[in-house]
Amino acid sequence: MLKAGKHLVLGNVACAEGAIRAGCRFFAGYPITPANEISHHMSIELPKVGGFYLQMEDEIASISAVLGASWAGAKAMTATSGPGFSLMQEGISYAHMTETPCVVVDVQRSGPSTGQATMPSQMDVYQAKYGAHGDYEVVALVPWSVQEMFDLTIRAFNLAEKFRTPVLLMADGVIGHIMEKLVIPEQVEIVDRRRCSSREAMPFGTDDPSRVPEMPLFGEGYRLIVTGSTHRESGFRDESPKYHAMLVKRIREKILKAESEISDSVGYYLEDPKIVVISYGATARPSFGAVKKARKGGLEAGLFRLRTLWPFPDREIRRLAEAAEKLIVVEMNSGKILREVERASRGCSEVLSLPKIGGVLHSVDEIYKAIMEAYQ
Amino acid sequence: MTVKNLRYYREKFVRHLPTRFCPGCGNGVILNAFVRALDDLSIPQERVLCVSGIGCSAWIPNPYFSGDSLHTTHGRALAFATGAKVYNRNLKTVVFTGDGDGAGIGGNHLIHAARRNVEITTILVNNMNYGMTGGQTAPTTLYGGLTTTTPYGNPENPFNLTSLVASAGATYVARWSTYHVIELTKSIKEALQNEGFSFIEVLSQCPTQQRRMFGLSGTSSEAPQRILEMFLESTYIRGQPLKNNYLYAIPKKTPEAVFKSVETKLSGFHPKLKIVDHMAFGRIIKINTERVEEVKRSLKDLDDVEKVADPLEGKIELGVFVKCERPEFVKTLHNIIERVGENRYGV
Ligand SMILES: Cc1ncc(C[n+]2csc(CCOP(=O)(O)OP(=O)(O)O)c2C)c(N)n1
Ligand code: SF4
Ligand SMILES: [Mg+2]
Repeated sequence: MLKAGKHLVLGNVACAEGAIRAGCRFFAGYPITPANEISHHMSIELPKVGGFYLQMEDEIASISAVLGASWAGAKAMTATSGPGFSLMQEGISYAHMTETPCVVVDVQRSGPSTGQATMPSQMDVYQAKYGAHGDYEVVALVPWSVQEMFDLTIRAFNLAEKFRTPVLLMADGVIGHIMEKLVIPEQVEIVDRRRCSSREAMPFGTDDPSRVPEMPLFGEGYRLIVTGSTHRESGFRDESPKYHAMLVKRIREKILKAESEISDSVGYYLEDPKIVVISYGATARPSFGAVKKARKGGLEAGLFRLRTLWPFPDREIRRLAEAAEKLIVVEMNSGKILREVERASRGCSEVLSLPKIGGVLHSVDEIYKAIMEAYQ
Repeated sequence: MTVKNLRYYREKFVRHLPTRFCPGCGNGVILNAFVRALDDLSIPQERVLCVSGIGCSAWIPNPYFSGDSLHTTHGRALAFATGAKVYNRNLKTVVFTGDGDGAGIGGNHLIHAARRNVEITTILVNNMNYGMTGGQTAPTTLYGGLTTTTPYGNPENPFNLTSLVASAGATYVARWSTYHVIELTKSIKEALQNEGFSFIEVLSQCPTQQRRMFGLSGTSSEAPQRILEMFLESTYIRGQPLKNNYLYAIPKKTPEAVFKSVETKLSGFHPKLKIVDHMAFGRIIKINTERVEEVKRSLKDLDDVEKVADPLEGKIELGVFVKCERPEFVKTLHNIIERVGENRYGV
C-alpha cells in the first residue's frame, strides 16, 4: 500500500490503492486487458493487509466469489473489461436481488466482441444500466483521472456498503492506463454496512426511511437464508405477486430516493453558457481542453462532466437544456449517453452528438471545431 | 452412529416442512443423511454454511436447512462458496448441487474447486436429468436414455463424475445412492472432516422424471421404491466381495412375455427367476443359480433372449474412491498472508 502523499502511478494502480484504503479485503478476477494492473496490484498488496486475492476460472466465478465473500463479511471487488463484464451480468443481477454490497470495475475497451482488445472505449455504459436481467436501479461512477480512479473507487465501496447494492466503476482504457499524479490523503472517509442490531432484525426488509435493511453475516448464528428468488423480509422464498412487488419496489426506491445524494457531476464555465459540452471519463479531458480554448476565443462554452452515469442526473440536464442553446455530447462510442441527454432535455435545446469509434480519444481540436460549428 | 427419532432431527435442523419436493423424491433422503452426519459429528449448525445453485437439489438446504444458506445462480454455487470460505474459514461450507447444476452449467467450477482443493464438501445429487425444468437430458443421462429432449434416446455419453473430480484433484471422492443411506451418512461425515475438497455423488430418485427414463410403466406411487431397488440392483460397492451366483437375461420382448420360455429352458437347473429393474438394461430377468456357466450356455440358443449379462455388466461402482492429502487452498492463502507479514490492518 502506498503511503499518504504524492505519487506518480497508473490509473489501474490508483484504483487498487483506493480499494484497499476503502477496506477491500477480497478480490476475485480473471485476466483481461486493460484491467490487468488492478489484479496485479491487488495480488501484491492484499496479502500484506490480511486480504485475499483469487484468480478464478472465469468472470462468472469471479463475481460469484465476490458475492459469497461479501456475505461472509468482506468488502469485495472484481475488475474486468467488456467481454468479462458481459459474463458478470447474471451475478450483478443476483447482487441486486440479494442486496449484496460489492464493487465491479469495468475498464472499458472497444467492442463489440474482442474488438480492439487493447484500445479504450466507453461502449459499455448501457450494459452497465441494462445489461443484467430484471428490474433494478444501477449505481455507476465514472472517473476521468488517476486521482478519480482512487477517489471514486473509495466512493464506490462507500455507496455499496451504505445502500447494500453492487456499484459499478465504469473506467476506460485511457484512464486505466495513464500515469499521472495521485495524492493519497492521510485519512479517507469510510462507510461500513449497517450490521444487525438485534436477532429479530430482518435482513431483507426495514422500516428505515433509507429502505436499506441491516445486514447480518454468515457464521453469526442468524440462520440466514439468502436467495435470488423472490423472498419475504426474512429471506424466506415467496414468489407471490405481493412480495415480489414489495421487494422490487424497495430495492429500486432505495437508490432512486437517494438520487441527489448519489448523483455527482462537475460543471466548468457554466455561468452563461450558449454551448454546453456534456462528457464523462476520458472524453471529458479533451472536452475540457476544447472548452477552455473556446472560452479563450470568447465563446460562451461550458462543460458538464458526469461523475456518476447512473442514476442519470435528469434535473441538471434539463436545467442546462433550458439555459443553453445547444448541448454537445462527447463520448467514445457511437452515441449512447446522447439518448439520455435527449430524453432528459425534453426538447428544451438542440442536442448534438460527437461520437468516436475506433478505439481512440477525440482530439481537443475535433471538439473545439464542433463547438465552433454549433456556435454558428 | 446413534439413531435418534425423526422428530429430534426435524426440530433441530429443518426450517420448514413439508418440503415442496414431489412425493418419493430422493432430496429428502439426502437432507436426512446430511443432518444426521452433522449431528453425529456435533458440528454446531451456526457454523455451517450451505450453498446451492439452481434446481430441485438446490432446495435441499435452502429453504429447508435451519442454518446459514445461500441459494445462488445456476451452476455457480462452488464459486460463491469459495468466496465465503476463503474470507471466513471457520464456516463449515457445504455445497448442494444437481447433476445439471454441478456437472453441466457449473462443470468448470467443479473441476477448479477440486483442483484448488478448497475445503468445501460438495454433495452432487445425480438424478440423471434436469428435474426442475421438466426432465431434459443432462451430462449424466445414460447413453440411449429417454428424456424430454432425447425422445429417440440420448446420443451422448455421461460423465463419470467421480473420476472427473478425482483427476481434478479432490482429496475425498465417493459415490453412493439414496438406497445406501447408512453408507452415505458415514461418507458425509468423512467428507466434513476432510481438510480439503470433498465430493460425494449421490444417485438419487426423481420419480417424476425417471419413470420415462427407466421405462417404469407401473403406477407412479410404486416408482420411488422401484427406483431405489434398481439402484441396489445396478450398483456394486468397491472393495466388497462380489456375488457371482446370478446372471441377467435381457429379453427381446417384455420380460413377462419371455419369462415362461426362460423358465422352461432352465427347468433342469432349478434356478430362481425374478423380474427386476436395471439402470443399464431396463426391465430384465434375474437368474439366481449356482451353475452360472451352464445356464449361460443353455440360454444362448433361446430366441427370446437378446443377450445374457454377467453380474457386473453395466453396473455403477459405489464407494469411496479417493482419500488423500494435498495442500488446501485457504490454508495456503493464510500462509501467504503470514509470509508477507505486515499484517497491520487485519481483516
Ligand atoms: C442460467 C440459467 N439457465 C437455466 C436455468 C433454468 N434451470 C432451472 S433449474 C435447471 C435444471 C437443474 O437441473 P439439476 O441441476 O440437475 O437439478 P435437479 O432439478 O435435477 O435437482 C435449469 C436448467 C436457470 N435457472 N438459470
Ligand atoms: S422433479 Fe424430481 S428431483 Fe425435482 S422434486 Fe420432483 S422428484 Fe424431486
Ligand atoms: Mg438433476
